[in-house]
Amino acid sequence: MNALLTLPIVLPIVGAALSIVAGRSRAAQRAISISVLVAMTVISIVLLVRVDRDGVTAVQAGGWPAPLGVTLVADRFSAMMLVVASMMLLAVLVYAIGQPGAERHHVGFQSVYLVLAAGVSLSFLTGDMFNLFVAFEMMLTASYVLMTLGGRADQIRSGMTYVVISLLASALFVTTLALIYAATGTVNMADLAGRMTELPEGVRSAFSVLLLVVFGIKAAIFPLFFWLPDAYPTAPSPVTAVFAGLLTKVGVYAIVRTQTLLFTPDSRSATLILVAAGLTMVVGVLGAIAQGDVKRILSFNIVSHIGFMMMGLGLFTVAGLAAAVFYTVHHIVAKTSMFLAGGLIEHVGGSGRLNRLGGMVTTAPVVAVLFLIPALSLAGVPPLSGFVAKLALVDAGVTQRSYVIVAVAILVSLLTLFSMMKIWSGVFWSPADEEPEVRSRVVGPLGGPILMVVPTTVLVALGVAMGLAGAPIWALSQRAATDLLDPGNYIRAVLRP
Amino acid sequence: MSVTLAATAAALFAIGTYLLLQRALTRVIIGLAILSHGANVLMMASHRRGVPPIVGKGDPSTFSDPLPQAFALTAIVISFGVTTFLLAMAYRSWVLTHDDVVQDDLEDRLIGRGGIADKEVADEREIHDEAVRERR
Repeated sequence: MNALLTLPIVLPIVGAALSIVAGRSRAAQRAISISVLVAMTVISIVLLVRVDRDGVTAVQAGGWPAPLGVTLVADRFSAMMLVVASMMLLAVLVYAIGQPGAERHHVGFQSVYLVLAAGVSLSFLTGDMFNLFVAFEMMLTASYVLMTLGGRADQIRSGMTYVVISLLASALFVTTLALIYAATGTVNMADLAGRMTELPEGVRSAFSVLLLVVFGIKAAIFPLFFWLPDAYPTAPSPVTAVFAGLLTKVGVYAIVRTQTLLFTPDSRSATLILVAAGLTMVVGVLGAIAQGDVKRILSFNIVSHIGFMMMGLGLFTVAGLAAAVFYTVHHIVAKTSMFLAGGLIEHVGGSGRLNRLGGMVTTAPVVAVLFLIPALSLAGVPPLSGFVAKLALVDAGVTQRSYVIVAVAILVSLLTLFSMMKIWSGVFWSPADEEPEVRSRVVGPLGGPILMVVPTTVLVALGVAMGLAGAPIWALSQRAATDLLDPGNYIRAVLRP
Repeated sequence: MSVTLAATAAALFAIGTYLLLQRALTRVIIGLAILSHGANVLMMASHRRGVPPIVGKGDPSTFSDPLPQAFALTAIVISFGVTTFLLAMAYRSWVLTHDDVVQDDLEDRLIGRGGIADKEVADEREIHDEAVRERR
């Protein structure tokens, strides 16, 4: 059982080191990365099954007992996130190998990518606030390198914004940790959950808001989202896909984890989260409608959909949290496949600008289908996974009588459909407005190299399957949400002598 | 928490925030470095003071708390690494633009001005120019 919790973190780090050693042979690097990520996927699935059957599992790293040492914990929510994350990492890696570009020209791509994977797993599995900081830094440092691979002027410009805002968030995180340690004398999450209740209410609220701001910057919730639509589109397509699918969701995970475990929900924090959620949804989708570039529209849509996940959290009910968990899983799959399809669009059309593209429904019909399905899923069209997620959220909202946020969510879903149709009509349906700078490439029947099309197809199919046969995942989300709202098991598993 | 340490942290935060809001990249980087120093000083100030915590040398009840020191050390190493990366990026930016100023996001400015309206104006001008050319 110990190995199940440590391997998803250790394997990618060892793989990254081996990948540097094998730097001369790209084939060896690829073999290492793929086998590491396949192993990680298998291990995380086994972990999810075990955790779902036996309950929360904890490992004390180095054998130091709980409040002193670093604790690794897996509950249903973190195991679910780990499974989805490792599947995404694997699919995107295959896509990156297939794409002519970033992966082929940079010797460090594979090892940095594996460090990113290790950071993501550690963020999901850690039970220690300071260790969470370290995990974030691992993930972010890898993301800085991946984002600026190539060193083009626009990448440096937007990468600068991204690095500076992330560093500011990190400094704020260290500050918050210092204050929390000064007040409670511990950074172990399970231990903190008990000690937080002994603090005066004002101090507790301050910590709650500070952590919300720190993770809110990473998750890109309103008003802390402005860096995201600027930074993401300039990175290479597979990198953007993995960022869009995973990095913001790690922020969402951290928010859900800390707000449910460390703080007892009250009406004030619930209202704060719901207001932030509503504004995130509306501002994100309005930003998406205004844009004229495929990746930028999709980036603004990420912001908008973070609002939906926050809405589920803000309701603070089992139904709401279950919807948030399901929504997060659905969104990771759908958004990653959208960005992969976006990369295919750029591959075929030579540009991501709507007014330079057109008529791709005839020139690349496969890409059109691969784009349309997740697009409809994001907008919430049945029977796709987005419909199940949105229905669950709206249902939870109506049960809580939070009609305003439900109305906002439905309106934003419509506007999401509108922004997706803007891409659809601009890229696939209509003829190009301007003479394209780069002529459409001659592409095969698939619309791209097979290694690019296959992972995208697998992810799209996964999204469809989650909609058609979503009942087990929905039941699992409900069990995960029940655990989140009743952290007793989590605390007992960690602090057990 | 000692007043001196708290005041130092506050001053570092103030200077860091001021520098971070400048448009010159070098100032932003120095600002970030100072800001993370502020956070580290605060971390150091968050624990019990005492003699160095070495087992076997002295009475454990007078030991200082070693945990925040380890935290601060980790945070220092991380911010050192990332600052180096930022400096490399700033150098790259200077090589590309010969300027030390943070660049604007072009796409944002285009949309801010109304990219669609601009395009319509350009189209009209093109039609007009073509008509003029034909008349000649």
